[in-house]
Amino acid sequence: MSGDTLFALLPNAGSLPWGDVPEWPAAEFVRRTAAELDRGARLCSWFGVPEDSGLGVRLVAIVAFDADNTLAVGRSLPVSGSVPSLTVLHPQAHLFEREVWEQHQLTPEGHPWLKPVRASAGEAPANGEFFRVDGGEVHEVAVGPVHAGIIEPGHFRFQCAGEEVIHLEIALGYQHRGIERALAGGPHRLTERQIETIAGDTTVAHATAYATVLESLAQGEAPLRAQWLRAIGLELERLANHTGDLGALAGDAAFLPTSAACGKLRGDFLNLTAALCGNRFGRGLVRPFAIGPDVDDALVARMMGNLTRALDDVEQAIAWLWDAALVRGRFENVGTVHRAQAEEIGMVGPAARACGLVRDVRYDHPAGWHRFAQAPVAVWPGGDVFARARVRSLEIQRSGDFLREQLGVPPEREATGGAPPLEGDTLAVALVEGWRGEVCHVAITNASGAFRRYKVTDPSFHNWPGLALALRGNAISDFPICNKSFSLSYCGFDL
Amino acid sequence: MFVVDTLLHRLKRGCETMAYPDGPAPALPERHGGALRVDGSKCDDGCDACVSVCPTTAISRANGQPAVLDLGRCVFCAACVQACPTGAITQTGDHRMAVRRREDLVVGGRGAEEVRLAAELDATLMRLFGRSLRLRQVSAGGCNACEADTNVLGTIGWDLGRFGIQFVASPRHADGLLITGPVSRNMQRALRKTWDAVPEPRIVIAVGACAISGGLFAGHPEVHTGVESELPVDLYIPGCPPHPLTILDGLLRMLGRLDERRFPPRRRGAAATD
Repeated sequence: MSGDTLFALLPNAGSLPWGDVPEWPAAEFVRRTAAELDRGARLCSWFGVPEDSGLGVRLVAIVAFDADNTLAVGRSLPVSGSVPSLTVLHPQAHLFEREVWEQHQLTPEGHPWLKPVRASAGEAPANGEFFRVDGGEVHEVAVGPVHAGIIEPGHFRFQCAGEEVIHLEIALGYQHRGIERALAGGPHRLTERQIETIAGDTTVAHATAYATVLESLAQGEAPLRAQWLRAIGLELERLANHTGDLGALAGDAAFLPTSAACGKLRGDFLNLTAALCGNRFGRGLVRPFAIGPDVDDALVARMMGNLTRALDDVEQAIAWLWDAALVRGRFENVGTVHRAQAEEIGMVGPAARACGLVRDVRYDHPAGWHRFAQAPVAVWPGGDVFARARVRSLEIQRSGDFLREQLGVPPEREATGGAPPLEGDTLAVALVEGWRGEVCHVAITNASGAFRRYKVTDPSFHNWPGLALALRGNAISDFPICNKSFSLSYCGFDL
Repeated sequence: MFVVDTLLHRLKRGCETMAYPDGPAPALPERHGGALRVDGSKCDDGCDACVSVCPTTAISRANGQPAVLDLGRCVFCAACVQACPTGAITQTGDHRMAVRRREDLVVGGRGAEEVRLAAELDATLMRLFGRSLRLRQVSAGGCNACEADTNVLGTIGWDLGRFGIQFVASPRHADGLLITGPVSRNMQRALRKTWDAVPEPRIVIAVGACAISGGLFAGHPEVHTGVESELPVDLYIPGCPPHPLTILDGLLRMLGRLDERRFPPRRRGAAATD
């Protein structure tokens, strides 16, 4: 429970002075964070903030008490060299600690698998040694970075006994573009645009998180109409991706009717986003402090018609999928992640909800338009490919209902001013439930209001280890269908 | 009956593949705007309104010269169109933007107000690839938007296969690469190895602002400045990301598969008059 926490509480989209964030010596801070996680908090982000003096780095933890609808933040005193590892107590810190080690050369003592996350080793990521299983029957399969099909690069190293996968290690970093590094000292002229391409298929979620952080740093709020438009864009993004992925899953199960239909219908949802802002991925839809593109009644009416048609078609195409015994047979009991595992590694989004975890930022930590309008959380037990597909098909229905309801009630237009200055020495946090799960942005400003540190956590950062666990004990030929059921972002992870 | 139901549904939906190019091209989204046109003769003396609003410094204006826009760096945010006080920069509504030479993306000079659209491949390559082109896609630091809108060409609405164009799994089976992203340092070696594995003769297609110029990430030490820094490029398709229609137009144009006399492209009224 959050009641006993010594961390500073703040709501989603909230901010507080950087100096008011409670601080402890690093080793104690790691212990305290572990204690928060022990009492049910979830690690949203964990990162280093270099000291202005260049002497050491402060660790920052953003944790979420979902049941209490609050976030909490704490930090360490400046530290360099090493700190005790949090991962040994809470595996959900595993990648975060590797990242901090990579970015700030701060060694988490006792970390069980300390290796680079995305750093460069000349012309390729500095992958390091892979975990190996030895034995007469055991062989290793290396896949990627370049995969069959039009897909981003990543490297997968399987340890197999025959067809069965004993262990999968995933090495990423190929898409690393230096986004976080470039954000320091910002906002720059390019920042808004770069944020939109953190993960191109999650443009609206990341842009909304960014805009929310800026607005919070300026102690302001976007016009209601902007919040409404962002919520609509967010659900259109969810619909497009869920529809496309269900089609792709159907294709992997060799069930072509749904695969063919969904491939096209995904485009119908992208075109709805393009009707709003001209871009199928929602570039330019979200503007900090501003309403963004204008939406008139005629456009709303046209969108409502197209949306209803597309939703009816999707419903039918997905009904074929669930009717087909061959699909159910292919999806069930494949790629299972158990609820306890999902909790332990801190999974988020539909993949976590498919393990029975009720975890949805729109519901747990409503901000923006979601304070006024919610969709029911879609949850399914089981943790297998079937459950993940099921959650996503439920979310299609619920996002559709949400959109049909919300499109009809646009808030009044209001005059907007320019962008006010950002408060100096302030920390702001924004969580947004993107279609893959929780997008977390944290900004800390320096005395003049520029970014001292800007931390981006894409939901994929939490969920890639889930895919690795899902493969254990499954046939290696199940990899494509498992991978698609998670459908994680490479560039969102690589930044 | 499940099987019968499925078949009936499919029959009811009918053929969902668009008629284009044997019919008019589908309309771009109304707010898309299409390609940009720069009429430098309309530039006011000393005005640099467009230069200062461009996020990717795609627009430059040398002393006394008209403004010049490089569509290879442009993310099509249209900030310049709104900022231009004289209407020198306009949206044409035209989806066609692919070019064969990098300099053909630079618009604004006299006689070069718009992109100079791609010519077809030379006779040898046309004989080899004109009716059957196999491409290997490599994402080298792309954000998955260019990738997604390339992928969409394989869906039933676009049906790329009907042109004999196909994306293949192995570079050994490919006639060329279609590359997205600014070429991250971490993908440099993988891209080079993929290229080495493609048998000659081979072509390279750069899709999106990142692949053409480094786009939003040009200047980051973590990335290169697009495909050209590594490989020779045969076709440039600008956009952030380019609309699927723009990508398809580029591929078909390069292969000489478009007959624009029959179906002239859609243009916005103002620009279509000159």
